[in-house]
Amino acid sequence: MSASPAVEMIGVNKWYGNFHVLRDIDLNVARGEKIVICGPSGSGKSTLIRCINRLEEHQSGRIIVEGTELTSDMRRIDEIRRDVGMVFQSFNLFPHLSILENCTLAPIWVRKMSKAEAEDQAMHYLTRVKIPEQAHKYPAQLSGGQQQRVAIARALCMSPKIMLFDEPTSALDPEMVKEVLDTMVSLAQEGMTMLVVTHEMNFARQVADRVIFMDGGEIVEMNEPQAFFSTPQHERTRLFLSQILG
Amino acid sequence: MSFVRTIPSAPLPPPVEARGAVLWLRQNLLSGPFSALFTFSACAALLWLVPQLWHYFVADAVLSSPDGQACRQPGAGMCWSFIANKMEFFLYSSYPRDQVWRVNSCLVSGAVLITWLLWPSARSKRLGGALFFLVYPVACFWLLHGFEALSLRTVPTNLWGGIFVSLLVSLVGIVVSLPGGILLALGRRSQLPVVRFVSTLFIEFVRGVPFITVLFMANTMLPLFVPENWSPDRLVRPLIGVSLFASAYMAEVVRGGLQAMDKGQYEGAQALGLTWWQMMRLIILPQALTTVIPGIVNTFIGLFKDTTLVAVVGIADFLRTVETARLDPAWAGPTISTSGYVFAGLFYFVFCYGMARYSLLMERRLSSGRKR
Ligand SMILES: Nc1ncnc2c1ncn2[C@@H]1O[C@H](COP(=O)(O)OP(=O)(O)OP(=O)(O)O)[C@@H](O)[C@H]1O
Ligand SMILES: [Mg+2]
Repeated sequence: MSASPAVEMIGVNKWYGNFHVLRDIDLNVARGEKIVICGPSGSGKSTLIRCINRLEEHQSGRIIVEGTELTSDMRRIDEIRRDVGMVFQSFNLFPHLSILENCTLAPIWVRKMSKAEAEDQAMHYLTRVKIPEQAHKYPAQLSGGQQQRVAIARALCMSPKIMLFDEPTSALDPEMVKEVLDTMVSLAQEGMTMLVVTHEMNFARQVADRVIFMDGGEIVEMNEPQAFFSTPQHERTRLFLSQILG
Repeated sequence: MSFVRTIPSAPLPPPVEARGAVLWLRQNLLSGPFSALFTFSACAALLWLVPQLWHYFVADAVLSSPDGQACRQPGAGMCWSFIANKMEFFLYSSYPRDQVWRVNSCLVSGAVLITWLLWPSARSKRLGGALFFLVYPVACFWLLHGFEALSLRTVPTNLWGGIFVSLLVSLVGIVVSLPGGILLALGRRSQLPVVRFVSTLFIEFVRGVPFITVLFMANTMLPLFVPENWSPDRLVRPLIGVSLFASAYMAEVVRGGLQAMDKGQYEGAQALGLTWWQMMRLIILPQALTTVIPGIVNTFIGLFKDTTLVAVVGIADFLRTVETARLDPAWAGPTISTSGYVFAGLFYFVFCYGMARYSLLMERRLSSGRKR
């Protein structure tokens, strides 16, 4: 493992009003590490990964991303967001822009790339997610699985060092889940640092270095997938796994 | 098994829709008792209305009557002669007649630039925009007001009036109110409490008083806020009033569009590292403004008609010139007055209807292919 971790969370706490969503979160993510986060609905999984790119603000503790600590300084936040890609459950593509424009917008405006260069790069990533032929369509003309792959390509166009996934397959019809997961597996094989909130336990077995189980805003259990699935330590983890694995 | 197809079936052509005038009539106009009732009452209304209009505007209209005598006959229709006779006055009011080429140049170049900018497939709109928003206002101000160095003699604004001033006031209102409204709407939704408070206060105050009050305040209070020799011109004051008023209304329309935006669009933009201004300009506003085009154009149309109120602070707008012209003893008479008002009505209708149609066109263009 390299010297400094990709993401370091130390004693992070967060409240929504009086509701304590994140409780003393301590987490180190090494460069190239793949982490899968699971847990019951409302346990704070989304909140946790959204704190990493400051879509949510934490109220105590420290979060250090790629050596930069997140504070309320907007410039630092923008710096970190450039290096952290995020894929949402609801895709969040920009409906008024074509697929190609969705992928070139941030490289052009944030990375100050030339239009030609950004388009080349966008086509490269669209080819990687296997939809180069859709480049000139608009998001609404694509299937859910295709839209999510565009969302992944759009994030990759910023050459992020870390990728966050918030339930990327749970809004998809079953037959489209595989195409998105395949894309994520190949991304993982190339050594991307990934934090993935998902209930796709086969994906976790296949690519995760560690699996985290969250409940009530706490990290209840964290282990390698083999041990996590075969010998869960906590009662709550066992209960959750029995529900989700059926 | 013999009943299983061994080759894929050829794709079928789409079903041919039944056509024909009778069928169309039956489906669209007579599809039920209510529909038939409406169709027949509409036909009856048209049968009554169309001949009346024909008589008023064409058959009984007076095309030429140098002294207006023919227009005063009972049963006379539209007095086109009066309109033609007073057209210069309607257009320019008291602007010196030997100088009206200056007004005409501004009107024509303005029309060309606006067409350029609004024409959907026109090229180099950036250049057009720069000309219209930067060069045109300055050039026209010099041209209309005068520039001694170029031996253009000064025409003080108390001589300005008529259609050209109505168009000027509307244009300034429209051009200022859209960006002004956007800024106020963003301000009202800002995270910064001071910005939010000031924007909200401004919007609610301006919306909370009648337009005439805003005009009077602009007229009497603006001069109090600035040193005497900086006091704004008598035409500039209502321009400021109109702009402020329209901006406040526009702000609420734009805010409606912003509120309808999905939170995910903000998050998608933020997660890519766009700054707040980039996010607003590239992602949020294009979508929010598109959804509220009907409201925006509605505000423009309202503003265009409200400009007739600048007459109360002494600006001789188009309607004011109609008022003046109909009191001309040479043309006095109820049928002639009516002609003047009808003409004013037609003028406003043509412009407002044009705006409405254009907005429909834009809505269709912007939504085709992009939304489900
Ligand atoms: N903006 C908010 N204001 C108040 N409470 C919130 C807000 N966002 C989330 N919460 C609450 O915080 C808790 C954690 O939310 P979070 O979205 O992180 O859960 P999650 O583990 O991702 O759940 P799910 O699996 O349903 O997505 C939930 O109980 C939720 O109701
Ligand atoms: Mg969630």
